[in-house]
Amino acid sequence: MNALEVKDARKRYGATEALRGVSLAVSPGEWVALLGPNGAGKTTLVRAIAGRVRLDAGTLALLGRPLATASSRGARAGLGVVPQEIALYPLLSARENLEVFGRLNGVAGSALRERVRWALAWTGLAERAHEPVRRFSGGMKRRLNIACGVLHRPRVVLLDEPTVGVDPQSRARILEMLEALRAEGAALLLTTHQLEDAEARCDRIVIVDHGAVIADGTLAALVAGTIGARRRVTVTLDRVPATPLPGFANGDGPVFHGELDDVATELGALLARVHGAGCAVRDLDVRAPSLQAVFLHLTGRELRE
Amino acid sequence: MIATLLRLYALNLRRDRVAQMMAFLLPVVFFSIFALVFGGRRDATAKIPVAIADEDHSPTSRRLIAALAAEPGLAVHTTAREPGAPRAPETALTRARATQQVHDGTWSVALVLPAGLDTSIARFDDRGGRVELLADPSDPVAPPTVAGLLQKVAITVMPERYAASGLRQFERYAGGLTPRQRAAVRPWLDRVAADTGAVAPAGAGGDTSGFQGLVRVHRTDVVGATRDNGMVSFYAAAIAVMFLLFTSSASAGALLDEVEAGTLERVISTRAGMTGLLAGKYLSIALLGVLQIVVMFAWAKLAFHLGLAGHLAGFAVMTVVTAATAAAFGLVLATLCRTRAQLSGVATVVILVMSALGGSMFPRFLMSETLQRAGLLTFNAWALDGFVKVFWRNASVAELGPQVGVLLACLGAFLILARLLARRWEAA
Repeated sequence: MNALEVKDARKRYGATEALRGVSLAVSPGEWVALLGPNGAGKTTLVRAIAGRVRLDAGTLALLGRPLATASSRGARAGLGVVPQEIALYPLLSARENLEVFGRLNGVAGSALRERVRWALAWTGLAERAHEPVRRFSGGMKRRLNIACGVLHRPRVVLLDEPTVGVDPQSRARILEMLEALRAEGAALLLTTHQLEDAEARCDRIVIVDHGAVIADGTLAALVAGTIGARRRVTVTLDRVPATPLPGFANGDGPVFHGELDDVATELGALLARVHGAGCAVRDLDVRAPSLQAVFLHLTGRELRE
Repeated sequence: MIATLLRLYALNLRRDRVAQMMAFLLPVVFFSIFALVFGGRRDATAKIPVAIADEDHSPTSRRLIAALAAEPGLAVHTTAREPGAPRAPETALTRARATQQVHDGTWSVALVLPAGLDTSIARFDDRGGRVELLADPSDPVAPPTVAGLLQKVAITVMPERYAASGLRQFERYAGGLTPRQRAAVRPWLDRVAADTGAVAPAGAGGDTSGFQGLVRVHRTDVVGATRDNGMVSFYAAAIAVMFLLFTSSASAGALLDEVEAGTLERVISTRAGMTGLLAGKYLSIALLGVLQIVVMFAWAKLAFHLGLAGHLAGFAVMTVVTAATAAAFGLVLATLCRTRAQLSGVATVVILVMSALGGSMFPRFLMSETLQRAGLLTFNAWALDGFVKVFWRNASVAELGPQVGVLLACLGAFLILARLLARRWEAA
């Protein structure tokens, strides 16, 4: 049974088709990164799962239970939503915010007290539990923002840009917090533009563009299915050669960038050409394709807004 | 530099309708209301309605009534239908009916011309009947105005009676004004002078009578303990209702803050949902409103000795209903507006206009009949009428039916409207 399943989700706003038959599934405990350029349909999809958008067609299921209507709040009890905005009450303390959102999500009594204690320790805010949130730094607010969304132990968590706008220390802490959630078996659907986070942390990557899923798989599978064995190569020579290197662009001084379809067979020929030109190789950098390269390969470099 | 900044602010103003409304529309609307109430258009100024019960049925009483009816500032009513019989023919007003009408607030003042007035009206002693002036102390203008006009018409429609009476008085006390007669008139003139604050002319004598005007008038305040207390309770209610509306709209505006912060979306994604969120918000605003009115009246009691104890039941009903309706009105304004700034501007305009028309700034009886009718379109007028009934007319809870009914109907309509408007924040 999938933790979350979306089948043929369709949504139209006037003349704009925001979702054109999106399907995806998240297994229990799996982390899935949902990527896409601005306006690709990610937000509409996440809002539909959260019950904030009514689909024109398609089905949603959480832990095997269909989410028949947008407001099937009972069925969504196993869902945790962490918005990108700092959706907290600034005049309330960290503890009070946790208590409010815990109660609104059906946690009460001793369970609530226990979960609030856990959340304060989890976020590293135990010592500042009684301070108004408005006095918190951006990183502290963001950690509390996540805690408020998972206090009720959801099995599936929708996370929207959890590390945006925070310093490296807070980012590291947030990623540790999310790893703790993974250890508890929660499935995560992470919407982000921080591709390195998605690349490093997620089991699977789903790329959406123009309202449709255009790629779905592990990073290796996506690389194999798009860029393949091609590698980006940077060669630094001792001087600028008299004749240009075929297929390589001249960068800063004697630095040349290019791509090789198969490093194992083509790198020798490249080095031979360099020597033939009377130059020596000072440095050689061969890089495996990143998620960003896959992303740009699939979605292009045109601005979307 | 300055020109660039001026252009910047002009562009902002041109695109900010709320700022335009506050800068230009609100002052003009306010000016118009004050001009209509306090001057400018004389034909729109309200005549003072006065009920007259004629118990004398004499030529004199009829002359007085006709003269009062001819006064341009008065609207005289001598007949009325029985209560609860709107289609029955009107009958002549009695003292009891006139008293009831002033008590109910139908009129602010009534006159009772007592039997025997015909023989007693032009006497300068303290004998004979007195005209009864039944007054609603909540109206500080009408009763003394009517009393003054009564004096005026008495001397203007029956000068011969006063001349003859004066001569008799003269002959009685002065005769040929010998030194001895002057001494005899002197005490009476002294008394008259004392009553009017003037210095008695030298060389007169008198008797023990006191001068109480050309027509002796006895005023009875039909409702309220004193006029001061009456106005205290009126303004406690008037100011409380106006600020209740401001508080309600400002508190409801927290919804817009929550939209902006994202907490609204977060909360309605929980078990609370939009209906739960609105219900919680509504109850908190209504309870705050109850507290606000209670604080206002408690202060009025402590600082201005408002008689609260005898009106607790009616006060409680009007406080709860008024706060409940104001809270719903605040929710409507908040769900109608897109931003906090827009809400602030719209609420200021709407609430100030409603307060001006509805009697929170000056009593509605000062307004023309047209404006008084227009005031009934406002929340303030019904709430204030209810509080006035409680504190001035000692109305029972049952007698608050019309005001409570209208406010509850508004409450229902406001809540439904707010819920419908809030749908824009739900699933799209």
